[in-house]
Amino acid sequence: MAVKLSYREYFKEEALPLMWCAGCGNGILLRAITDALADLEIPPHQVVVSTGIGCWGKADDYMKTHGFHGSHGRALAFGTGIKLGNPDLHVIALMGDGDALAIGGNHFIHAARRNIDITAIISNNFTYGMTGGQYSPTTPLSYKTTTSPIGVAEPAFDVCSLSEECGANYVARSTVYHVTQLKRFIAAAIQKKGFNVVEAINTCPTHFGRRNIPGDTVEMMNYVKEISISKSRYEKLDEEEKAKHLVTGELVNRDRPDFLSVYREINPAASETGRGEGK
Amino acid sequence: MSRPEGIQLMEGNHACAWGAIDAGARFYAGYPITPSSEIAEVCARELPAYGGTYIQMEDEIGSMAAIVGASLSGKKSFTATSGPGFSLMQENLGVGIYQEVPCVVVNIQRVGPATGLATQPAQADVMQARWGTHGDHPIIVLCPATVQEMYDFTIRAFNLAERFRTPVILLSDQVVGQTYENISLPDPASLKLVTRKKPGVPPEEYLPYQPDENLVPPMAAYGDRHILHASSTCHCETGYSNFKYGTNRQLLTRLKDKIYNYLDEIIEVEHFGPEDADVTLVSFGSASRVCKYLVGEAEKEGIRVNLLRLITMWPFPDQEVQKALANTGACVVAEMNQGQVINEVNRVNTTNTPVHLASGIDGELIRPEIIMTSIREAVK
Repeated sequence: MAVKLSYREYFKEEALPLMWCAGCGNGILLRAITDALADLEIPPHQVVVSTGIGCWGKADDYMKTHGFHGSHGRALAFGTGIKLGNPDLHVIALMGDGDALAIGGNHFIHAARRNIDITAIISNNFTYGMTGGQYSPTTPLSYKTTTSPIGVAEPAFDVCSLSEECGANYVARSTVYHVTQLKRFIAAAIQKKGFNVVEAINTCPTHFGRRNIPGDTVEMMNYVKEISISKSRYEKLDEEEKAKHLVTGELVNRDRPDFLSVYREINPAASETGRGEGK
Repeated sequence: MSRPEGIQLMEGNHACAWGAIDAGARFYAGYPITPSSEIAEVCARELPAYGGTYIQMEDEIGSMAAIVGASLSGKKSFTATSGPGFSLMQENLGVGIYQEVPCVVVNIQRVGPATGLATQPAQADVMQARWGTHGDHPIIVLCPATVQEMYDFTIRAFNLAERFRTPVILLSDQVVGQTYENISLPDPASLKLVTRKKPGVPPEEYLPYQPDENLVPPMAAYGDRHILHASSTCHCETGYSNFKYGTNRQLLTRLKDKIYNYLDEIIEVEHFGPEDADVTLVSFGSASRVCKYLVGEAEKEGIRVNLLRLITMWPFPDQEVQKALANTGACVVAEMNQGQVINEVNRVNTTNTPVHLASGIDGELIRPEIIMTSIREAVK
């Protein structure tokens, strides 16, 4: 029997210490991803992580898999080319909330619509951390940031609802508090064909927490825990309470055919390996 | 449709697409835009039979990103567009240059800025092709003037991209892209194709950004056991980000030197007309075809005119232009813009040769009389 793989096969330990702030959950999320890859026993050379820009966009520097670090918001667009260039690869796009849904929003909705076989892992800390804590498309209405000193005037995107509407095959939300669940969802998303989204609610005590959550980094973690609620419990809440919570769990799990399967069905000449020489 | 063979009446854009396929391109990502869309259409129709993939992205930002990604996965990749799309591609063109990703970007120029005179010809993206993406960077740009060259130069663009591990721009225009002419298609087996150098060391010793003797790092593909880390952040030989003093200087210097130390492999010009002339025309692309016609027309007026056609636009053929200026009475730069190449000509004008501009900005192939007026002005 093969020796069980360790997250160390994927995690670049010599790059420690991580550049993220104390109390940030990105390290927890990175461990969940590398643990999931180890559990699935996917060789590191069959994985490409594609990152955008921002705090979470630094994650590729800590990975021993193939890595791609591109431009702000484009992790999925680069990832689309990476996947179609070599369909045998597991492509994992690591994006923050601003990266995926503001500047990268167009790529996000079309990647989901196409159902391109990529796993998108969104670290949602409700703010632009790297640039100093401005409001993002997921900052809750009326919350304070450096560019909404009195409160943000825009309603927030629900990452998972958006993913579902646009056609993602698998959509799940967990948090950096619920590590075991988070790892389980990531593994499921990587295994499943199609566009699969895991939203990881993350802690940003440095910027988001400081202005909105009374207390320290522990309180920030408690906040993440407390706003998380299962779908069945969420549906029993009144509207005011609903606004204060986020549903966690597996929210979508369906089997729409992915882009490449449909493309090959429609273009029978396209070879299965993508390496044929045609006529 | 099977591949056309031998002598064919063909549109420039179609010739470009077949040139790419014959060069080994197996991935096209693009967004529809006139006057380049036929390139996408041929690729959508033909690539699957070659084991390739066509994808229509949500915009040109995504198109440029996708071809960079597919090239890193080992596929020869390209895209085609026109002005507004070329503007959107600048962001990720810079990523491709910095990460040293071979790929080809075709720009069938039209009138700008903005929507401009959609979709009539211009040659006003010369400086954008050079400096459109932010930051210091080298770039290779080729300018075809005929349908035959749309085929030939597309192949050359792929060869240069693979040889130098860099994006190459085929800077064409609406006249060349949408003209039908006879071209001669060679037997694909007879083509000399260049393919990127693969790593020559075991996976554990591989450093993806350690250059070879030509300053170009051998290139693994995603999926190989040689781990490839490609970063848009300043990086050292490992490919991982590195902010130490000196790293960016080292990287930018090498990116420049790997191209500028090998100009003899890149620079190409065409001399047309008599060797000694009263006036030398400097032109490129469709405008250079009008210039060729005027060499004979000027002769009728007793003015000896020749043409220096720029085939490689960037790196700029400094020496060739300098030499032409030294050997002529006056120079007329004929270009379909308000004067972009003329500034480069003046930059290398060490002989103080009088330089005049013939500028076509009317959304059509530059009229002979515009250039003729400048020629007459030059011999006054």
